[in-house]
Parts: sequence; structure tokens; C-alpha cells
Amino acid sequence: MNFDLNEHLARLINDAGGKAEEVAGRPPCLRVSSTDWDLSVRVAVKADLRFLAVWASQEKTGFSIHAAFSQKEKGYALMTMQLDAGQDEFPSMVPYYVSSARMERVIHDMFGLIPVGHPDLRNWIKHEHWPDKTYPLRKDFPVATVMPRQEGFYPFIEMDGEGTHEIPVGPVHAGIIEPGHFRFIAVGERILNLEERLGYVHKGIEKSMEERDVFSASRLAARISGDATVAHSWAFCLAAEQAAGIGVPPRATILRAVLCERERIANHIGDIGAICNDVAWSFMHVQCQILRENLARLHGSLFGHRLMMDCVTPGGVTCNLDAEGIKSLLEQTQEVAREMNKLFQIYEDQTSIRERVIGSGTVDFENARDMGLLGYVGRSTECDIDARRDAAYAPYDKIPPAVKTCRGGDVSARLWIRFEEIQESANLIDKLLTEIPQGPIQEAWQIPKEGDGGFSAVESWRGEIATWIRFGANGKIDRSYVRDPSMINWMGLELAVRETVVPDFPLSNKSFNCSYSGHDL
Amino acid sequence: MNLWICNILESIFLIGLAPLGGMALKKMKARLQNRRGPGFFQSYRDIAKLFSKEPILPNQASWIFRLAPYVIFIVTALAVLIVPVVLIPLPLSAAADVITLVGLLSIARFFTALGAMDTGTAFGGMGSSREMTLSALAEPAMLMGVFVLSMAAQSTDLSTMVAVMLKGNLGLQPSLVFALAAMLIVATAETGRIPVDNPATHLELTMVHEAMILEYSGRYLALIEWANQIKLLLFATLIINLFFPWGIAIEVSGASLLVGVMAWILKLLTLFGLLALMETTMAKMRIFRVPEVLGLAFLLAILGMLTHYILEVSV
Repeated sequence: MNFDLNEHLARLINDAGGKAEEVAGRPPCLRVSSTDWDLSVRVAVKADLRFLAVWASQEKTGFSIHAAFSQKEKGYALMTMQLDAGQDEFPSMVPYYVSSARMERVIHDMFGLIPVGHPDLRNWIKHEHWPDKTYPLRKDFPVATVMPRQEGFYPFIEMDGEGTHEIPVGPVHAGIIEPGHFRFIAVGERILNLEERLGYVHKGIEKSMEERDVFSASRLAARISGDATVAHSWAFCLAAEQAAGIGVPPRATILRAVLCERERIANHIGDIGAICNDVAWSFMHVQCQILRENLARLHGSLFGHRLMMDCVTPGGVTCNLDAEGIKSLLEQTQEVAREMNKLFQIYEDQTSIRERVIGSGTVDFENARDMGLLGYVGRSTECDIDARRDAAYAPYDKIPPAVKTCRGGDVSARLWIRFEEIQESANLIDKLLTEIPQGPIQEAWQIPKEGDGGFSAVESWRGEIATWIRFGANGKIDRSYVRDPSMINWMGLELAVRETVVPDFPLSNKSFNCSYSGHDL
Repeated sequence: MNLWICNILESIFLIGLAPLGGMALKKMKARLQNRRGPGFFQSYRDIAKLFSKEPILPNQASWIFRLAPYVIFIVTALAVLIVPVVLIPLPLSAAADVITLVGLLSIARFFTALGAMDTGTAFGGMGSSREMTLSALAEPAMLMGVFVLSMAAQSTDLSTMVAVMLKGNLGLQPSLVFALAAMLIVATAETGRIPVDNPATHLELTMVHEAMILEYSGRYLALIEWANQIKLLLFATLIINLFFPWGIAIEVSGASLLVGVMAWILKLLTLFGLLALMETTMAKMRIFRVPEVLGLAFLLAILGMLTHYILEVSV
């Protein structure tokens, strides 16, 4: 992990009259006082730092608020402030970083801390029927609590203009997808506003992480969002290894990257097909399904799991590859990349699908940058963000990916980026597997000291995953925070569908393909 | 008397075969996409399953919601009675002409929309509003398209029209090409096929016809689904027999009826094959493009009519 930005940010804060103290612990971070928090965030936004996440943790006395920032090759910065005992207010970041809004609402829900200056403190993850004054992430809340139902109310944004109507969709949908509620305000078929209401798949992952040992926790991390299981477990393991101060054998890091790139290819292919299917172009859907199924089957036979779940564990990987396996993996990757190239040509020539995707669900560059949209959503509108390059974790420090961006920010641009990334991932797998060294694939786990932790950013196929862990006594997890890219990209979707027509929503939604589970935790 | 029996038998034949026809189309699509597809009798099994299930009614539903499926089915079945399938002349098509046919179909549509709005859900209203917008454009185009043929045949009675077309002594008729093009577009829209609507979608927000029947279940859904399959076959038969009537039986005898049935099946499969090919290679269009396309159908029908007057009417 590249933490060079810490120093840069500390200098900026100190220049601006604040006081930021660099702490070279695990992970390295900046400590600012709660009175300097607002100033520090203002300095960060002025310096064009990208905001990753804001989260809270409970200390022996009082609470801490943490935030993470990044700036391309300069890497990442962590900022922390400790609230005094009994202090339950902290300055909100929303005036500077809009995408912190939902994260601060989660802090408000889960810890009962109040972000002062936050414009919208309705529940977010906390269900409206939960009792008041229940703060699940506080230490005095037992993990096995059965929450009684207490009738509550969630006020949606209302509009009473002439001719406007509301269309409530979900949380249970007609197709087999995850649950989430969408509230459209429309005039005829035109969408004036979309309001998302998520949280229906809240499983209490953050709470459940606490008091687990590292292996059990990494299995849970693999299940945060099943389609990005490799990336999530990798992010967790990187942070845990940072805390324990252990390295990973080179062969294992290469294998991790191979798994992650394969996951990227499989998901991109599946989604390209699904996007086309949403506008009833079933040809592409079926072709993509065949390819994706072939990938999954090979994963099943080589790694024992079609999605490669639990292959990445703290200290290394569980599955090794023999020469035969490397060969079949290489051959299939090349074959799939060639097939996708052909399908891309067909897609480019198909006017009826091009007509649908061009100009649908557009996010412009300014908005995308301000929100910090991640993954292909950001890269399709010139936001050059890729944690593989920016965080430079092994093996991408030696074998960096060629990050592509494009203009447009519509469904067509997102599709293009994903077609391109399939090719780039195939290239990477080729490079990785030809350079794979012999050697062990697992490093012995060492129990980290109490209070040590780690922070990692891993580029999943959906975008950057940020994970922060802190260990407590006996190697048990004290607090674990995960920011799935969906946490930010869901906001982009609200913006993308504004002023488009209602029947185009599924297409835009699919092209974002945010995770409900990763968002709701 | 024989003709009357034949007329009724013919309609029962088409109504009974409708689920199979729908499945044949599905199978063709599946084959084109490298899939095996469901079994040929799956739609019969589906209908049987739905009939044996208890229908669940929304709390807000009134008697209109329960009545609508019956009206839809009966009206569609009545429409079948006046369309020649394998035999002309049909006594009932003399009783009700093509304008009645369009009228019957619009009654079915009216009740579908009414049933959908009755529950007060957002999707029902959304589907109804879309369906009505589209049908307001599709109906005149269909009438115009049929009128081109009516003018050549100097009748709006379907049996007579088919008979005149069958004699084929009209010479070269460019107007028919226009009319055929118009009818094909209208038929795609009316039966809710790609690129206008996607019959296989599960995305609530893009649906047109499916959004209207989202709240139906059990026997009500079975009736609507069946009526929909009948409608598909009805439109296909109409196009086949009006524009390519060769082989249709003109007398009640075993041999000619057999030829009639064979010819009908063959032409139907050809038409479905083309439809399957189109549905596989095309994406659904944006909803606001559909009115333009239906406008085009209307324009084509008008052109057909003009061509008929300018080139084909002997003074």
C-alpha cells in the first residue's frame, strides 16, 4: 500500500494553520484534533484529493472518526480524530465531499454520533421499524440482539407539481435480483427525480466481524458481495497482513492477481450480456452466458469453487496451480478474449443496440469527479481512478495495468470500457502467469498486537474497495470497515437517470450494476 | 350447414393450437440462440398449472378486475370466428367484417387496460398509459392497411377479400406491398413483440403489456396468456391469408381441407421463422421511437391507398 499522501496532506494542513500529527503506526495515519477536522477536510478538497470514505470506531473512551483520501500516484492518506468522552457530535464533511453524505448517515444510524451540518439525517441503513436509540455498532450492543419491531416512518422526498406522479419500485422486484426500493418522481415517462432507499440486505457484517479471528473474518469478508468475492477477501487480507506485519510469498500475490483478473473478466462478460438483454437483444446475452459459464466451470475444476470463494486467505492463497492448470487457464483466457473481440465487432455494427446505449444514463465529468465515482462508471467519464495503479499493491507494483478512460459517461461508454478491460485483464493474466515464480503460497499467520490495524484499497471489477481493520486482544477483530464501490456509485445512478425516460432506467441501472449487498453490509 | 360447422371447428382448431404456436416461436428463438428451449407442450402445461392455482386478488380490486380476463378471452375468441384460417367462404365473416375485427380487438385491449388500472398500482397505470398511446396509433394504421385490400376486393368481408386475392386476377399490385409492410409493423406492435415490447422481460419499468397483467394470477392469468397467444396466431393468420392465400380450401372436402391446413402451417412457420430471426437480432427500441414507427406504418398504408387509386383503379 502506498501511503505517500499522508505526508503531503499533513504539510498542507499544517500550512493552513491546522495541526496534523503523522503517526507511523499500523496503518500510518494523520491525527488531527476535532477542532481541526473541518479545516483539514477543507484543505483536502482544495488540494483536489479524492474522498474515499468516512467511518467511525469506538475507543476505550469515546469515539473516533476516520476518513480516507487519495490522489492518483501519490497514493492514499488516512485521517483520524478522537472525540472526547461524552462528545457525540462531529463536523460533517458533506459541504466539501457530497459522497460522504450516506456514510455519515450510516455513522449516525450505527453509532448515534451526530454529523453537525449534515443536511439530511434521515435513517439510511437503520430500518425505520427498528427501535429508537439502538446503535448496533456500539460495543454495549450485543451481537445476538433480536431487535423488536417499532413502527416507524421514512419520509421520502415529495413533489406536488401539477402532473407529477410517484412510481414506487421494489424492494421486491419481478426478476430475481437483490432487494432495493426506488422511488421515481416522474412527469409522464420523464424522470424528475430518483430516490434510492437501500438497506434491505443489511446483514450486520461490520458488527459480526467483531470478535472473530482473522480466518473466520476473512471468510465473512469473502461473502460481502459474492460477485466480487476475490477482491473483497483480497482487500481484507491485505489490511490484515499489514496489521500483522507479514509478507505474502510472490507466487501467492501473483495467484491472487490472476484470480482477481479472472473475476473481472467473468463479471464484465456477464454484465455485457445482461445489459444487452435488458434491451431485449438476446443474442449477445446468450453468447456471453456461454463464455461466462465456461470461465466458472474452469474455476470450479481448478480452484474448487465456481466464483473462487475463500481462495484468498490471510498470508496467501489456498489453491495452487500446476503447469497443466496454468496452461488451461492461459488458453481459456486468450480464447475468451478473442471471442469477446468478435462480439465487440458485432455489437459495434448493431445499430438497434447502439441506438439504445448511446446517450442513455449520462453522468458528466464534473459530477463524477465531485462524487468520486469509481470503477468503470468513473473511468467512462474521464475519472482516472484505478487502485491497482494508485495503491500499487503487489503484484501490480511490478506489473501495472494500462488504465483506460474515455469520454461520454453514458451506457455506451461504460460498455466500451468493460470490453476494453476484458482485453487488458487477459493481457495481465498472460504476463502474470508467464512470470509466475515457484515457491510457497502461504505465509504463517502472526497474531497482531492489540490496537494494530491495516488499511487497503483493492480494485475489484466494480471499482475500488477500501477496507480498514483494527485488531483487539488475542488477535480478534475489534472493528472492521469496508467501503464497497457501490456505496459511492449508487449516488451516481440517481444522477444518471435524471431527465431520462422511465423505461430506460433498467438499462442505466444494469450498466452501473452496483451491489446491494456490498452497500448494505 | 356444413360451412357453419367448419367455421366453428376451424376457430376451435386455432384457439386450441395457439399455445403450441407461441411455443413454436419460442423454440425457434431458442434454437437461433444456441439454446434448447422448453418442450413444445410447455405452454399447455403452464396454462393447466395456472388454471389449477388459486387466483390471488389485490385488496383494492373490484369486479372489473375479475371480469376483464373473461371479456378479453371471449372477445379474442370471437375475433377468431370471423377470420378465415383454412377455409373460405366463412358464413360468420359475412356477418362481421374487418372493421368489427379491429373493434373486437380494441375491446380486449380496453378491458386489459381497465383491469390493470383497477388495482391502482403504479405499474398497471403505467402499462395502460403506454398501451393506449401505442394502440391509438396502431389501430388507424391497421384499418388503413386492411382498407387497401378492401378497395381492391371492393368488400370489407374477410372471406371475400381472401377469395379475391386468391383469384389473383388483379395483375401487379404495388399497393399490396405497402399494405403488407404496414400490416407487419402493426402486427408487431399489437402482439407486443420485439422491437416494440419484450414479451420475456422481467423488468417492471420497461414493460407494456406485461405491466398491465402483473397483478393477475391463477385462472385469470391463464385466460389472458391464452388470449395473448391466440392474438399472435390471429394476426399471423390474417397476414398469411390476406397476402399469401394460396392453398386455402374453398370447398368443404377432406382433400382440400388437408391441403389448406398444411399450407397454413407451412406459411405460419415461415412467418414465425422470420419473426424469430428479427427478434434475435434486434434490440428493443426506445419507447418514444415506437410512435414514429407506427406513424410510418400509417404512412405506408396511405401510400398503398394512393398507389391503388393512381395505378390500379381501371377507369
